[in-house]
Order: sequence, then structure tokens, then C-alpha cells
Amino acid sequence: MDVTDLKINQIANIIDIEGKGPLRRRLLEMGILPNTLVKVIKKAPLGDPLEISIRGYELSLRKEDAKSIKVEVK
Amino acid sequence: MKIALVGNQNCGKTTLFNALTGSNQHVGNFPGVTVDGKVGQIKNKEKISLVDLPGIYSLTPYSSEEIVTRDFIIKEKPDVVLNIIDATNIERNLYLTMQLLELDVPLIIALNMMDEVNASGNSIDVNKLSEGLGVKICPISASKNQGIDELMEETIKVGKNKIMPIHIDVCEKDSPVHRAIHAIMHLVEDHCEKYGLPKRYVATQLIQKDEILSKEINLSENEVDLLGHIICEMENDNGYDNEISIIGMRYNYIDRVVKKSVTIKSTQTKEQIRSSKIDRILTNKYLAFPIFILIIGLIFSITFGLVNTYISDLLGNGLNHLINIVHKEMDNADFNIVLISLICDGLMTGVFSVLSFLPTVVVLFFFLSLLEDTGYMSRVAFIMDKPLRKIGLSGRSFVPLLIGFGCSVPAVMATRTTASEKDKKLTLMLIPFIPCSAKLPIFTAVVGGFFKLDVLVILGLYFLSVALGILVGFISKLIKKSKPTPFMMELPNYRLPTVKNTLLLMWEKAKDFIKKAFTVIFVCSLIIWFLNSFDFKFNYVDGDTISVDSSMLSKISSFITPLFRPIGINDWRYCASLITGLTAKESLVSTLTVLYGSVDLAIVNVNTGQILAFLVFVILYMPCIATFAVLRKELKSTSLAILYMAGQTLFAYFMAMLFYGVSLLC
Repeated sequence: MDVTDLKINQIANIIDIEGKGPLRRRLLEMGILPNTLVKVIKKAPLGDPLEISIRGYELSLRKEDAKSIKVEVK
Repeated sequence: MKIALVGNQNCGKTTLFNALTGSNQHVGNFPGVTVDGKVGQIKNKEKISLVDLPGIYSLTPYSSEEIVTRDFIIKEKPDVVLNIIDATNIERNLYLTMQLLELDVPLIIALNMMDEVNASGNSIDVNKLSEGLGVKICPISASKNQGIDELMEETIKVGKNKIMPIHIDVCEKDSPVHRAIHAIMHLVEDHCEKYGLPKRYVATQLIQKDEILSKEINLSENEVDLLGHIICEMENDNGYDNEISIIGMRYNYIDRVVKKSVTIKSTQTKEQIRSSKIDRILTNKYLAFPIFILIIGLIFSITFGLVNTYISDLLGNGLNHLINIVHKEMDNADFNIVLISLICDGLMTGVFSVLSFLPTVVVLFFFLSLLEDTGYMSRVAFIMDKPLRKIGLSGRSFVPLLIGFGCSVPAVMATRTTASEKDKKLTLMLIPFIPCSAKLPIFTAVVGGFFKLDVLVILGLYFLSVALGILVGFISKLIKKSKPTPFMMELPNYRLPTVKNTLLLMWEKAKDFIKKAFTVIFVCSLIIWFLNSFDFKFNYVDGDTISVDSSMLSKISSFITPLFRPIGINDWRYCASLITGLTAKESLVSTLTVLYGSVDLAIVNVNTGQILAFLVFVILYMPCIATFAVLRKELKSTSLAILYMAGQTLFAYFMAMLFYGVSLLC
């Protein structure tokens, strides 16, 4: 499952970041790495983009970009 | 001495810049307000300059801001790099620091927003953090002006004595990443020395397959092979690919340092808690759009309703009165009739017609700065991203487009906050499709005199123009097949705007506007006046002995009139009005008035098809010269700006032709 499958405020552990190129690297550099906890804070009124919380800060991402963040719920 | 100020977006960099230099750069609560590097002199220290570099998250060069910053540090070699960090978001901010450490330059850290950290009950042991990173750290609060003097002293000390960061091996000993980095550092040692590059930085960049760098340092084929082999081995041993390995190594080290030095009592600061409460309403599923429409509606009705109709008109009348007085005084003093016309009809009329817009522009920017400073603007980008993506734009382009309904000039200037160069270009291309408020007088004058259902026709024209803009965006998305720029944005905390910052922005915009009025508009008014007042033998056209028909403007207009026949325009006076409309759209009305006697007389001998084609052309053809001037500045290319304008005009021409053609068939 990926981040977009999470319910609001559900905490999950990142297992992988798929894709390649600049977008993936940017995600990684923002601290979205395997073995990091992530949580969806809110969704925009039209359901996209969504805001996640990671490493103590919040970041807005589009659904299609967030789909590459694979997670597991413990 | 040269100090480079480096940090993430929206971490208080510009506020610190202002505090250190005593200058008055506009500070935004919107990520990415600093676009070009700015230079200032440190207060009371004349020979020390501070360079404010654009806000970046990393030094990996794939956005223009990152390349600017990286090149500045490596090639310009500032005496000291001042890295500003948002203490409320310390892990992510330290990522850039880890990369700066690899560059091996004199470095000092300003730990900003310490007041917010302390207020939330959390604490940061600055000494331990400093020890962990091997760099001097000064806790500050840039907005409250705390710790600034000490920071300045320490920064100068580091710069003067060239104090390098204490070397710390951030990767775990004997880990696969450690082995790879050291093997590559050994491999590229000579190259690094030759090109003056720090080898640790080169090694980590090469592991991340930075091709620009690998070409820059001229690796031999053999070395490239060996490099690939080392990376492959690292990936196998580590279980992660090259990028996760390197980036993960940096974050692992950050985790270790932060664990030792940061005590967390509450995961959110007071400001963050307040912001999420406000967001529960402002980005609420059902309330977000109604509130947004309400806010924008209010701003527009105040700016374009109240201020534009009353204050701008009052100013306009006052300025007209001034022209009359000057005219009378010059008449009485027996000045040359040409000189009077030059000053009154040419310069004063031209410049004043633009100046009368000043209140509207200033008030619009007052509201925009409120939206930006409070942090609401990024919420607008957040909620509008999905619809805008359909035409290949991101949420950040929405605000400039919206401003376009007021005036294209500030709209073009506002494109600086778009997400990428590509988005900026497309946004700039679409702005002319948003009918600016200066076109409204044309519509009310022309449509009001011709159609019974004037409001419907005007609304229809607005709708047509915006719909064509959307169509153009849609087509360009299909042609380029490019994906929209990734939308990755932090929603900043809501903040109360400061009076100083708001006034500052208004002053800056007013200054820009006045400057423009007295340069571009000044020259254009002069040219139009000249063409309208003289014939080709340079006789003054007084309207009595030499008729208006013989002026250069009339001749030129007559000459190009055949060009406009396909769109139904047969009269040179219409062409003349289109030309003068380029200085400012509303002067189109005044030209028609001067040449015909009144607008109502101008539309007596034309049919519905002609008038519609004319209006379609007017709503779509190139924006005024002032817009062109700012467009040229934003695109950083005269030829590209001309291309945009020519394309826009050509498009308008074909659309008008279509309308006229259809009307002939009916």
C-alpha cells in the first residue's frame, strides 16, 4: 500500500520509494526515506493534493507523486 | 569580506538579511520569495557584504536556484557561508547543512526561530548540536531581532580566520557507504585538486550519478568504469540503491545528532497548533471554496469597485484639472502652441492616465501582501492545484492569473512565485487571456452604445477570453506532453502580518509603477503624441488649416487598415485606436472619442459582426506596453517577449476573423 491509502492521522512506516529521477530524489532529500514514520494530515477539498507529516514537519504532495511512497501499517 | 546566506525556503532568510543589513527587502510568508540573489552591506561594517541566495532544500543541482547557490559557493568562494536553519523543523533543515559540510568551506549556523521552540517547551542543546556537526552555532530569532549582534560577530570571526568545520565522518565506520565514499575519494583525488573541488562532495555527488560534475572533472573511461563498479558493490552490500544510500546516510547522522541535542516535549509548536486549527476551517472540504470566493470577491469589489471607481476617478479628475490649469496658464503666457500640446496633450495626459491607476494597484497589492504574509496564499495554491493541473499548471500559478483580472502588470510580476521556469512561461502566456480591468471602460463604452443586452455581451466576452486561455493551456499541455511540475510545498504557519512589511511591499510596488509611468509610458506617450500631432512634412496638425486626416498616425493607420479588412475594420480611426490602445487599453476609448467626436458616433456605421469582431480582437490582442516591459524583464529575453506578443496578436486576429466570417454567413 502507499501513502494515499492511509486514513487521515493514521501512522505508517515507509518501506520504499518507487520511481526514479529528480522527483524521487527530491522526495528522498525531503527526508522521505525507508524506515521513517509518515502520517497524512489533511487532503485538499478536491481530494488532491494531500498534506503529510514527516520528521516533525508538514509537506504538501500531489496524489500521483505520493503514490510512489510505499508504506506498511504496523 | 563576502558572506553567503544559505538556507531552506521560508526559514526566515530574508528577515535575517534585513536584520543584518538594515535594508528593507520584502519578506513573504510564501516559499521562494527570494528568486535572484540579493547583495547588501552589513550594518555599520562597510567592507562586509552579505549575499542572500535563493532558498533551497539541497545542493543537488536540478533546479535553477540550486545551481545558482552551488555555483556561488564553489566558484565565487565566499569567505564564510552563513547557514540559517529553522529550529522548529530541524531535521529537514540540517540536510542542507550536511551537504554544506561536504563542501569544506568556512561555515557558521544561525539557529532561527528559537523563541518558538522555547515557547513550545522543547529545547535544543546548542553546544551538543555544535559538537555533533563540528560547526559554530548561534541561536537567534530573526523576527524578534534576538542574537543578531552575536551572530554577526561570530560570522565575521569565522570568515576572518577561515575557520573550517571540524571534520566528522558522518557515515558509520566500515559500512558499505563508508567504503564506497572513501574508495571514490581516493579515485578522484587528483581531479579534485586540479579543479579545486572538495573531494568528499565530489565523491557523494558521483555516487548519486551527477553527470554534470563527472564531465566537469574529466574522468577517464577507465575511472568511470571503476566508479560504476564501486557503486554497484555498495548497492549490493547495502541493500538500497545509490540515492537512498547517500541520502539515508546523511539523515541517519542527523537523527543521531538530533537525538543527543534536542529534547521534545510537544511535537508541535504553538504556532503550528494554531495553524492547524485555522486550516480546519480554511481548507475544509465544504468551506474552503466558499470562503475563498468570499475573500477574493471582497478584495475585488473593494479594489476595482470602491477604489477604482471613486478614488482613482477622483485622482483622474484632479489630474485632468491640473492639465487644464497648466494649459490655461501656458495659453496666457503665450507659449508656442506645439509646446503646449506636447506638455498637456502628450506628456501629462499620457503619464497621468496611467498614474490614475496608482491607487488601484497599491490597494490591490495591499490585499495581496496580506494574503501572502498571513500564509493564506499557499492555501490557495493548495486548494486550486487540482483544477489548474488540467491545463498543465500548478496551484501556484493561480494567484498571478487572478491578479490578471485587475491588471496584467502586477500579474506578470507575481509569476515569480510559480513552481518552475516552465510553469512561469506558461502562466505568462496565459495572463493576456485574462481581461484586465482597463478593458472594462472599452466594453462599457462600445457595447453599452450598441447592444441592448450589454451586460450579457460583456460577460460573454469575458467568458470567451478565459475559455480560450484554458483551451490554449490545454493544447500546450497536449503538445508538450510534459508532466506538471511536482507540487511539493510546505504550507507555512499562519502569521499576523507586520505593518512594516505590508507598507514596504506597497511602497515597492508603487515605486515600480511610478517608475514605469515615467519611463516606458512617458516615451510611448511622446511617440503617439508626435505621430498624432504632425504630418509627414513635420507640420503641426492643428485641426483647422491642416486636418486631422493628414497626421502621421492617420496615414500610418490608413496604411495598415487593409490588413484589418478581413476582421471587418474599414476605418483608419479604428486602427488608430488599436495602436494607441497599446500604450494603455483605456486610451483606445479616448482615441475613438477624439477622432470621431464620441464613441456613439464611432459605432453608427458598423454592423453587429464588425463590432463583435472588433471587440474580440480588442479583448485578445497584445497587452499594453507596460505589460510588455515587465514581461520582458520576467522572461529575461526581448525576443521571447516579442514572440509572445506577436503570437497573442495573431491569435486575436484569427479569432476576430472567425467571428466576422461567421457573421457574414448568418
